[in-house]
Amino acid sequence: MIRFIVRRLLQLIPTLFGLSILLFIWLRRLPGGPETAILGERGTAEMRAQIRANLGLDEPILVQYGRFMQRMLKLDLGTSISTKREVTTEFLERFPGTVELTVTAMIIAIGVGIPLGYLAARKRGSLLDSLSVGGSLIGICVPVFFLAYVLKAVFSENLHLFPSSGRQDPTIGATRITNFFVLDGLMTREWDAALDALWHLILPGIALASIPLAIIVRITRASVLEVLSEDYVRTAQSKGLTERTIRSRHILRNAMLPIVTVIGLLTGGLLSGAVLTETVFAFSGIGAFLYEAISNRDYPVLMGFIMIIAIFYVLVNLLVDFSYSLIDPRVRVR
Amino acid sequence: MPLLDVKDLSVTFSRRGQRTVRAVDGVSFAVEAGEVVGLVGESGCGKSVTSLALMGLLPKQKGVTIGGSAMFGDTDLLQTDERSMRDIRGRDVAMIFQDPLSSLNPVVPIGIQVTEVLTRHRGLTGEAARKEAVELLNRVGIPDPSRRLKEYPHQLSGGMRQRALIAMAVACAPKLLIADEPTTALDVTIQAQILELLRELVRESGTALIMITHDLGVVAGMCDKVNVLYAGRVIESARRKPLFADPRHPYTNGLLGSVPRLDSGKGERLHAIRGSVRDVLPWPDGCAFAPRCDQRVEACVGEPPALVEDIHRHAYRCVNPESRTAEVPS
Amino acid sequence: MSTKTDKIDRLSELSAAKEDEHGVSLWTEALRRVRRTPSALVGVGILVIFVLVAIVGPWLVPYSPSELMGINEVRPGVIPGPSAEHWLGYDHNGRDQFSRLIVGARQTLLVGIVSTLIGLTLGALVGGIAGAAAGLGGRIGRAVDSVLMRIVDMLLALPSLLLAVSIAALLGASLTTVMIAVGVVSVPVFARLLRGAMVVQAGSDYVLASTSLGVKRTKIAVSHILPNSLAPVIVQATLTLATAIIEAAALSFLGLGNPDSATPEWGLMLADAQQYLDVRPGLAIFPALGIIITALGFTLLGEAMREALDPKLRK
Repeated sequence: MIRFIVRRLLQLIPTLFGLSILLFIWLRRLPGGPETAILGERGTAEMRAQIRANLGLDEPILVQYGRFMQRMLKLDLGTSISTKREVTTEFLERFPGTVELTVTAMIIAIGVGIPLGYLAARKRGSLLDSLSVGGSLIGICVPVFFLAYVLKAVFSENLHLFPSSGRQDPTIGATRITNFFVLDGLMTREWDAALDALWHLILPGIALASIPLAIIVRITRASVLEVLSEDYVRTAQSKGLTERTIRSRHILRNAMLPIVTVIGLLTGGLLSGAVLTETVFAFSGIGAFLYEAISNRDYPVLMGFIMIIAIFYVLVNLLVDFSYSLIDPRVRVR
Repeated sequence: MPLLDVKDLSVTFSRRGQRTVRAVDGVSFAVEAGEVVGLVGESGCGKSVTSLALMGLLPKQKGVTIGGSAMFGDTDLLQTDERSMRDIRGRDVAMIFQDPLSSLNPVVPIGIQVTEVLTRHRGLTGEAARKEAVELLNRVGIPDPSRRLKEYPHQLSGGMRQRALIAMAVACAPKLLIADEPTTALDVTIQAQILELLRELVRESGTALIMITHDLGVVAGMCDKVNVLYAGRVIESARRKPLFADPRHPYTNGLLGSVPRLDSGKGERLHAIRGSVRDVLPWPDGCAFAPRCDQRVEACVGEPPALVEDIHRHAYRCVNPESRTAEVPS
Repeated sequence: MSTKTDKIDRLSELSAAKEDEHGVSLWTEALRRVRRTPSALVGVGILVIFVLVAIVGPWLVPYSPSELMGINEVRPGVIPGPSAEHWLGYDHNGRDQFSRLIVGARQTLLVGIVSTLIGLTLGALVGGIAGAAAGLGGRIGRAVDSVLMRIVDMLLALPSLLLAVSIAALLGASLTTVMIAVGVVSVPVFARLLRGAMVVQAGSDYVLASTSLGVKRTKIAVSHILPNSLAPVIVQATLTLATAIIEAAALSFLGLGNPDSATPEWGLMLADAQQYLDVRPGLAIFPALGIIITALGFTLLGEAMREALDPKLRK
């Protein structure tokens, strides 16, 4: 098992190396540069050249890349051009927000999706089945940002049930430890702060959950239907086992295999949705910051953030493969 | 009173926009305690549907209609609600399926799949359940049972898997065991071992066995009584010896004739039944076997032949049966 | 006299005829099954209407979609709503919303088709080469395959929207940008699908049979493996048509779409309308409905095709 993980982590290195080269070349090709973002259209040619020289952008690209790699190996991601702060600091401040949002969305999607998909399969052809199949089809087709706006308009601006923006009410004056606001609240026993942060997560969480939820319902339904027709379910029934044992041990355990794969893929892909949701709810995560970084040509931020995100993506997939082998003994043999 | 008395069992499947299929059509047979009864026929003749109906395992949905009765002691298995059926299944009536690999849960160790029956019906848990499971695996001839308990189905050989399934079925010493083609998916040498194991278990415990098979060799070696099914109806029913010595229905005769025999002459050809199971005449229009029958006469078509019984309690459903000497009439 | 035996013969003829029916090709069979699926028919119905509107829409509309006819009536906080002349009212620039909606179908369809074609072509090229190399090429082939797939994996590890945004930043905001960005994002999906299907096909018995008969490897790849691997790719293309329209709307929302809103397109209309949501929600709702319903049409058709072509479900 440990060997498997080590091997996978080693395989990660060439992928990341390749990705960094690709990214580096790609970013430098973007027209304009940080100097345009800083000076706007006004600056003189000398001022531009000065800024580029200060940032080390006048050197050959290979030298620049070499310096980047050197720093990267020391886990130093450099300084943001636009905020003048360490990229690592920026990341640690913003990433927790996105993680909280993503985790909330996945909890909603999994917590609702798997039971709903299971019930739809068990009661195939029923009203519940048609509703969840139809609902999940529509869920895939609704643009995330539009859903976010509708939720915001209805539940916060009209019904005033949820806050419309931000991660936490600043007047609470919560203590910061990890920048995971809910976690901070729990750690410092500032219950109102934790609850408030949680409250801010609900609407963007639902908006972000819509597509994963729809996909999880569909895959669960399909997977359970397939398992239901398997011989071993009939064997379990012929043994007179209780409904609960058959459901958890014989149906869901087998049906989980494709579901886990899809959950892994979805978690990796959630960041795109997060950018949109964070924009609508003025939620300070990495989404909006990254978007600005692209328009500002903030190279260090872009390189650092995207590299870390890619690592996370690969790690999530590793986790999926790992849990896959936990569920299915046949995978373990290799 | 027989242990199981099936009367007029019928199962129909109807789906919107499709023709209604009568998979089982008025089947009656009885199983005495400790007896081995064979249900024989080609695939599609309704033998598996019969067993699933008895277990209450047919899908409960619109379009599936079950008629008739199956008295098991005082309870009618066809009328019992799902909750009570759960208590009966695995404890009083147990079943062994055809393909041992697909019939075992691939992601659950063998041990848990055995002990879960013991926990459910005999209330055994923990060490007691484990001990009993080891004992059971031992009894069905699985070597090194305590190690096998921790293994998964894919780590066992085909024969071992079927033995494990048999262990689960006999775990609660059921009064009736239904074996649905238990050897079809196995190698020939393993087949014999599994049949021998079943025979032993039946003899030791006095469990009655319904043996569902298409293989007359299996029937000859095991069954006390034989029912031959064709297109959902019993077409011949007798004790083993008279059936083999003196088959009356041309279909039974054909089944026997398609088995190569050591004592037949070298140049003699196997007698195969023409056509396939799909060439069926609906029973109300006559004998379902008529399109494939060599001895077809005018009377075969028009109305269904009745099941007639001769003085030896040998019943057959044919208007032009094979003669007593089993020779083809000229 | 022999009517009864005739009947039997006829019956056996009937059952014999059935056997031929089973010999139809995968595609004919799939088409027949799609035609029997009600949801697929709904999807096709939606798409037929959508395409018709996209083609003839510009000749049907009562007003020009770009004429700022009601600009004088639009004030901060006031956008005139539906009236007898203007069924859906004005947009924020005083243009007739109904006309814009109808005419917008064409650009929306164009965005969907062009970006899917970009993704399909590039993806199929990469996936096809990798698949053919992996299936038949020996050591060199496997190396080519593994390099190509590593690159595809890297692309997959990038968040798709970021990839699209950076492409848009490279090319500047325009409708073409949106189409290229959305198309490029779907390249890795198509590449993986085609390669996966081809590797499966390459391992099948008929390929072994052709190889043993001495058929050239490139010929096997092109005329046997490739055609038999296309089904999942075509299904994916249908589904991508739906996501492409939605993703294009997201890019417009982030301000990367066509900066000139004279030619209406639903994604852009929806993105522009977000600012006026509290004034005139209808401005957002109608283009959103257009996008949702169209995407639904493609999804229904794609899902039905997937089920029809799935050999596991064929029975």
